[in-house]
Amino acid sequence: MQSFEYANPATVQEAVGLLSAKWGEADVLAGGTDLISLMKDHLHTPKRVVNIKNIKELEGIQKTAAGIRIGALVTMDELAKNADVKASAKSLSDAAAAIPSPQIRHMGTVGGDLCQRPRCWYYRQGFGLLAMKDGKSLVPDGANQYHAIFGSGPAYFVSASSLGPALIALGAKIKLVSAKGPREVAAASFFVSPANETSREIALHPDEILTEILIPPATVKSATYEVRQKEALDWPLATASVTLTMRGNTVASAKVVLGHVAAKPWDSAEAAKAITGKAITADTAEAAGKAAVASASPLSQNAYKVTLARVAVKRALLEAAKQKA
Amino acid sequence: MSSTKDPKTKNAVSRRGFLGGMGIGTGAVGAGLLEREAIASPAAATVAGPGAAPITLNINGKPVSLTAEPSVTLLDALRNHLDYTGAKKVCDRGTCGACTVMMAGKSVYACSVLAIDAQGKPIETIEGLPVDNPISTAFVNHDAQQCGYCTPGMVMATKGFLAEHPNPTLEDVKNGMGGNLCRCGTYMGIRQAVLEAAKNMKGAKNG
Amino acid sequence: MANTPDYSWPPMADRKIIGKSFKRLDGQAKASGRAKYTSDLKMKDMLYAAYVLCPHGHARVTSIDTSAAEKVKGVQAVHVIAPAGTEVQWHGKEIAAVAATTEEIAREAIRMVKVDYEVMPHFVNEQDLGKAGSRGKAAGEKVTGDPEKAFQEAEAVSDGVYGIPVITHSCLEPHGCVIQWQGDQVMAWPSTQFVTGWANTLAPNLKVPAANIKVKMDYIGGGFGSKFSPGAWAEVGAILSQKAGGRPVKIYLDRVAEQTIAGNRPSAFGKIKIAGKKDGTITAWQSDTWASGGFAGGGQPPLPYVYNNIPNTRLNHTSISVNAGPSQAWRAPNNQQASFLTCSAIEDFAAKAGCDPMDVFNKNAGYTPRAEQYQYQLAKAAELSEWKKLWKPRDQRTGTMRRGLGIGVNAWAGNGHGCTARLTINSDGSVVLEMGTQDLGTGTRTIMTQVAAETLGLQMGQVKLVIGDNSLPPGGSSGGSTTVGGVSAATRKAGVNALGKLYEAAAPALGVQPEELEAVDGQIRVKSNHAKNMTWVAACKKIGPAGKISETGVNETRNPMGLFSGGAAGVQVADVSVDIETGLVKINRFVAVQDCGLVINPKLAESQVIGAIIMGISTALYEERIMDNATGRMMNPDLEFYKLAGIKDIGDIVVHMDIREVNDKRGVIGLGEPPAIGICAAVGNAVANAIGKRVPYMPMTPMHVLNALEGRNA
Repeated sequence: MQSFEYANPATVQEAVGLLSAKWGEADVLAGGTDLISLMKDHLHTPKRVVNIKNIKELEGIQKTAAGIRIGALVTMDELAKNADVKASAKSLSDAAAAIPSPQIRHMGTVGGDLCQRPRCWYYRQGFGLLAMKDGKSLVPDGANQYHAIFGSGPAYFVSASSLGPALIALGAKIKLVSAKGPREVAAASFFVSPANETSREIALHPDEILTEILIPPATVKSATYEVRQKEALDWPLATASVTLTMRGNTVASAKVVLGHVAAKPWDSAEAAKAITGKAITADTAEAAGKAAVASASPLSQNAYKVTLARVAVKRALLEAAKQKA
Repeated sequence: MSSTKDPKTKNAVSRRGFLGGMGIGTGAVGAGLLEREAIASPAAATVAGPGAAPITLNINGKPVSLTAEPSVTLLDALRNHLDYTGAKKVCDRGTCGACTVMMAGKSVYACSVLAIDAQGKPIETIEGLPVDNPISTAFVNHDAQQCGYCTPGMVMATKGFLAEHPNPTLEDVKNGMGGNLCRCGTYMGIRQAVLEAAKNMKGAKNG
Repeated sequence: MANTPDYSWPPMADRKIIGKSFKRLDGQAKASGRAKYTSDLKMKDMLYAAYVLCPHGHARVTSIDTSAAEKVKGVQAVHVIAPAGTEVQWHGKEIAAVAATTEEIAREAIRMVKVDYEVMPHFVNEQDLGKAGSRGKAAGEKVTGDPEKAFQEAEAVSDGVYGIPVITHSCLEPHGCVIQWQGDQVMAWPSTQFVTGWANTLAPNLKVPAANIKVKMDYIGGGFGSKFSPGAWAEVGAILSQKAGGRPVKIYLDRVAEQTIAGNRPSAFGKIKIAGKKDGTITAWQSDTWASGGFAGGGQPPLPYVYNNIPNTRLNHTSISVNAGPSQAWRAPNNQQASFLTCSAIEDFAAKAGCDPMDVFNKNAGYTPRAEQYQYQLAKAAELSEWKKLWKPRDQRTGTMRRGLGIGVNAWAGNGHGCTARLTINSDGSVVLEMGTQDLGTGTRTIMTQVAAETLGLQMGQVKLVIGDNSLPPGGSSGGSTTVGGVSAATRKAGVNALGKLYEAAAPALGVQPEELEAVDGQIRVKSNHAKNMTWVAACKKIGPAGKISETGVNETRNPMGLFSGGAAGVQVADVSVDIETGLVKINRFVAVQDCGLVINPKLAESQVIGAIIMGISTALYEERIMDNATGRMMNPDLEFYKLAGIKDIGDIVVHMDIREVNDKRGVIGLGEPPAIGICAAVGNAVANAIGKRVPYMPMTPMHVLNALEGRNA
């Protein structure tokens, strides 16, 4: 790691004052599970590391009339175990619980999950976020078995966030604070597919801190289904998170969001449309799965992920249908 | 060095002396830092580094002091700056569990914690357990180790796991030990060792 | 006493220590984190080394400038390994190294070394033989019998493609050492599988007499065949030490280097046809195989494996050179690949012939060197895996989760390596056993102590063991499953020899001839009259003025004297479930029947077998070195995308240790390799049985399984 100044603010106000208007100058440290590796590999060489773990206002989960508020410092472990989250946002609870390493669940925070950098091995080996060489991405003809099957570049990495798909499907809002004040963005607009090497894969600005998440109150069924090869620490190959508002036995409205298949969580309006107005059966779930991947464009090695995404959508829908609303 | 104080509140600019003294990374820390701080650094910010800073850790119930860059991980502090070598450096990227220690009562990967950030939180390493503690003994009883390089991490992961699951089933053990890897293939023994340790630790509590 | 003493093992029924499951002697030290591996050592003035590695698959160093690194405060030595002009053949090749006062400084300083490369064309993926071009070197064709005719007359012919990729040893303790070079003296603390011979390999490189290189190692964090030699890093560490005025240097590879350059198992691919009759009798074999273990190419797996007396065979093999880190020995070199290729082809042949593969493996056992043994083991494995109840033909499985069973076989020579034990009995009764060997976690410490205690009629705690030092009597290299055979035979001999001397000292007091004595239960007593005895301590008091008896026992590989043997055999059955929608393969149960000879410690022996199986399951399901055609680099030099099985990923494991009088009589047989061999074969066959299709390429990832199910195979 390159030497840095370590700052330990006690308030959000103080923390944002330590950030910079430019990426690369300062980094925010929470759980450390990603940032410390990024710094070891010199992918991040901040001049200042702003540890936000002593900021009390970033902690805790509260249920209010406005919904469930989840502080950025809530760990995956706390999130997975929280009764309110389990009761009204099961897809989120399950997504956190599915991380197969207790140590990562103990350390990793909600904010960190959303702000972590891609695991793309080209990025991690220093070829840049878009892995460009001579104006062309290395990914489509390279080792792309774990890469994107949606979107047509230039970013081919997959969003690594475990919580992103569930948060988007649940219609969550994310609060970002800078010295100029707070702003709220929909989870759906928080993730972006970067168009060039200098942009980021999230809507956070370099002088902002992600402070909390708000999940709106709603009576919904929700589920997250992950296809993960190992049952020990491993990344999912594809996930699907669904939120359903039911009218009797039929789906009144639906959100279907896929994870680990594109540079951002992939909101599939096609799948939602396919299931809306229908009762969830093996056939309708299968049809929604097919609709979800109709526009997939796999790379040379990852056609199998199209199948996984389709199956994940189907199984997430069937899983959600089993729940009491 | 035996300072027991937290990193002091200092004006960030004064830290630049340390940086020069360290002699590395100077190229990267240019005028940008100064300019930015001139604009944004709040007076009350608690900062340390760049350059070596006094760090005091609470290890196995005792305060231990060292002087290290803020970039030094807890694992490197334990292994290199101090002499707690039970935690091993294997992947150094938070994927294998060989460096597992307890911090504030939870199992964590020491390779992914900054030493300076571990201040004020009780840290328990395997050296804090007696040689014949019930977890290690259960590992020996079930031959749950071969080369043994993953074992201290496994033992500390077990401690963390049992703190949350004092009465686990075999299925709980399989689910709760997923953050640690073994290369020699000792998982069958580990499953039994964790179950036995749970039994013996409860017995100890009752007795 | 002119006759050779009787070194033979005591009969099974008479053994008091051998054959008992003592806990491993170093268990508590390791499990409590107190054991100091050489990578844990910290000594006064010790420096930390770090490497500059080549980022390209193939390149020439055009210039290298270390001046900035040299100026970094704390850097004490810089060594250029690949000067300008050097052609580098793989990603990760060592270019330069620095030693600094802290690990952090060393790691940062290597970034200040400026290296320019002329990037050259690389070739990194050998899966497609057609693309190898001039990188392939064909071995000559080998033909036995008349394969042409046999294939023409066959009632059933299978024809398949099979591939097993390069995998890496992934030792948790990386390769390296702490080393100090002062004048013409070198002191080294390596992580090695060969304490005795390590210095002799290093000596010519340093131009220091081997006699001046002292080596010490108490613990090693995994080797699996990749840690015999000092490797380039010991030499580089020594040079850095010398340049830094003789300060000790700790030089261990980081994880990227460990995965990229410290060792791998060569791949093996093959197009294999088997001919035979409808009843499952195999009549002919034809294989076109290719393999790579790096720039030097890849060896030829011994085919057909175990079933090596198939009468009509045609074999071709191509060794392919790729730009990737070099291979090292891996638990049963080439045998794992050979078992995979052979058993996969036999399973496919069974399916083609419409036979139960258990019957086909059984029926053709006459082609194996030990038909009776394999037939016995196949029957036992069938029983333990409930084969008759659970196995169904390929096309009779339905539903999303499909179960399948598959077979793998193993064979390994083993034997006992040459080594020397020294056993000293002191006049106070204390006993020291010494050898310059090493305990890889296999239990060498424990079994040596058991053999000595059994031989002397003592308890385990009465024998002190000293190993891990090259000034001790020579040990062998711990490879090829030869350690247990070697050290137990040498220890037995040293014990018997020392005891002979003790009998001479004690016999007059008991008024008998030395030959009439035996050592049992802490006594020296007259064989024919147990009432005539003296305690061990009393007997030792009779030791003459030297105060001690010190005798060696030398094991010679070629003269086993019934103490050890080779030729282990084993049969394994995998029971898997495959989710045909996701291609996820789960192990339900893995059954291993293992021939194990005379077993000194059943618990430790079983641990060896279970460990080999778990490692094998990991390779069968997850492991693969992924090389990138675009950059020529290894893309997964980590433990994140180089995936190792975790505690929940391995299913249940059932081991049947074939401990029987008939096997016991053959003596001690090493178990490091045999049980590691057949696992990929068994898992691959179980998957084929489950899904009704051959998945040609290991590992059994969702990608490979779905590609097979969805017809995407090249």
